[in-house]
Amino acid sequence: MSWVTKTLKSTLGRKLIMALTGLFLILFLTGHLAGNIQLFFNDGGQAFNIYAKFMTSNPIVKLLSYLTYISVMGHVAYSIMLGQLNKAARPIGYAQSGASTNSTWASRNMGILGTVILVFLAGHMYSFWYQMHWGGIPTVMYGTEEYKDLYTVVQLAFQQTWMVALYVIAMGFLGFHLSHGFSSAFQSLGLNHVKYSPAIKAIGNLYCIVVPALFAAMPLYIYFTS
Amino acid sequence: MQLTLKIWRQKNASDKGGFATYPVNHVSKDMSFLEMLDVLNEELTEKGEDPVHFDHDCREGICGTCSLYINGKPHGPLQTTTCQLHMRSFNDGETITIEPWRAKAFPVLKDLVVDRGALDRIIQAGGYVNVNTGGVPDANEIPIPKTIAELAMDAAQCIGCGACVAACKNASAMLFTSAKVSQLALLPQGRVERKTRAEKMVAQMDSEGFGACTNTGACEAECPKGISITNIARMNREYFSAVISSDNL
Repeated sequence: MSWVTKTLKSTLGRKLIMALTGLFLILFLTGHLAGNIQLFFNDGGQAFNIYAKFMTSNPIVKLLSYLTYISVMGHVAYSIMLGQLNKAARPIGYAQSGASTNSTWASRNMGILGTVILVFLAGHMYSFWYQMHWGGIPTVMYGTEEYKDLYTVVQLAFQQTWMVALYVIAMGFLGFHLSHGFSSAFQSLGLNHVKYSPAIKAIGNLYCIVVPALFAAMPLYIYFTS
Repeated sequence: MQLTLKIWRQKNASDKGGFATYPVNHVSKDMSFLEMLDVLNEELTEKGEDPVHFDHDCREGICGTCSLYINGKPHGPLQTTTCQLHMRSFNDGETITIEPWRAKAFPVLKDLVVDRGALDRIIQAGGYVNVNTGGVPDANEIPIPKTIAELAMDAAQCIGCGACVAACKNASAMLFTSAKVSQLALLPQGRVERKTRAEKMVAQMDSEGFGACTNTGACEAECPKGISITNIARMNREYFSAVISSDNL
């Protein structure tokens, strides 16, 4: 076994993968949010549709999207491996547990939170990503160029109450997942420092509320304005 | 005080085990938790029953021998060792649940006694520290900044009781191992073997069957010696920089 595979098989190495993929997905979320903010523009969806076309055609974006897919798969695969390892480490559990007094609920339930987010992600990708790539969606003309009208697909989707409710709830799960994951990733990388750790904690606390809240605001905004 | 004790009884390592309930009367608030168990055991011995087996030694909070998972927390409700826990932390008439440390790497030997040899083997895997032979070195011959000495001492406070493993939802020994890695990595005397030490101790920790770290912080909150999880971050740094730069294939 080479030193690389040996390292990646160790508990610390597996946590390294979790941290790196997690941090990359946090970057992805930030970019995703920045782009989707255009749904709030009062321009009939022009800016959003032009952005959507750019996202499916730009080669650099393509490379980043493959990195995102790899990160999601890596994050999931390693969490399953770690979950099994951790479960095996305590074959007989305690009759009474006082875990709530020494750790946060989110930190103890990252697997459950992540599973819900993964299921949501599958549905989310089918609704928009799949439709954009292979679904028969209407087109619009801006000037002389034809664009797929993803904006209308989004508008229609979020006129359904259950879709809006699902998205808002899923963002709640994402918020809790990030409330632990953000600062935890830095700790796994060994980045714990008297000067920077309080800032990382503060940014993480802000991020886990603001980002899911803005994502949740999109379906709510569309639902209540259309 | 009158108490009801729900205690894990297990004849030997291969026995399935189960809870037994014992009433104990005549308990003083000033007794330590272990003295309370001594009272119970005297009563059991007088009745000709097998006393409850539990680990204990110094009874002054410095040896790390006592354990016990009391009412869902290692070493009970206070952040101290079980020997330093007193019955005034409990209420009259309370039912107290006492379980052994639960981890695959800590097999139950009998009742509340578990084999914590896995922790010893992690220390052994760390190996030796090089020192100069010859006469006894002068005091302060190697200058060590006060802040570094304090950090190393904070890590060296670990008494190896295993409360971190017991508290962790993954039965991970990261806090223990990181304290042992840190106390030597911080000091100039421990620098020579630091890379090999980090690699070998982590490898041993994994092979013992401990879980991974989820950074819940439960270990730090329950550690009777207040070992900080900043040590875990330091171990991660030590380990990653070691595997990247060491000569060990």
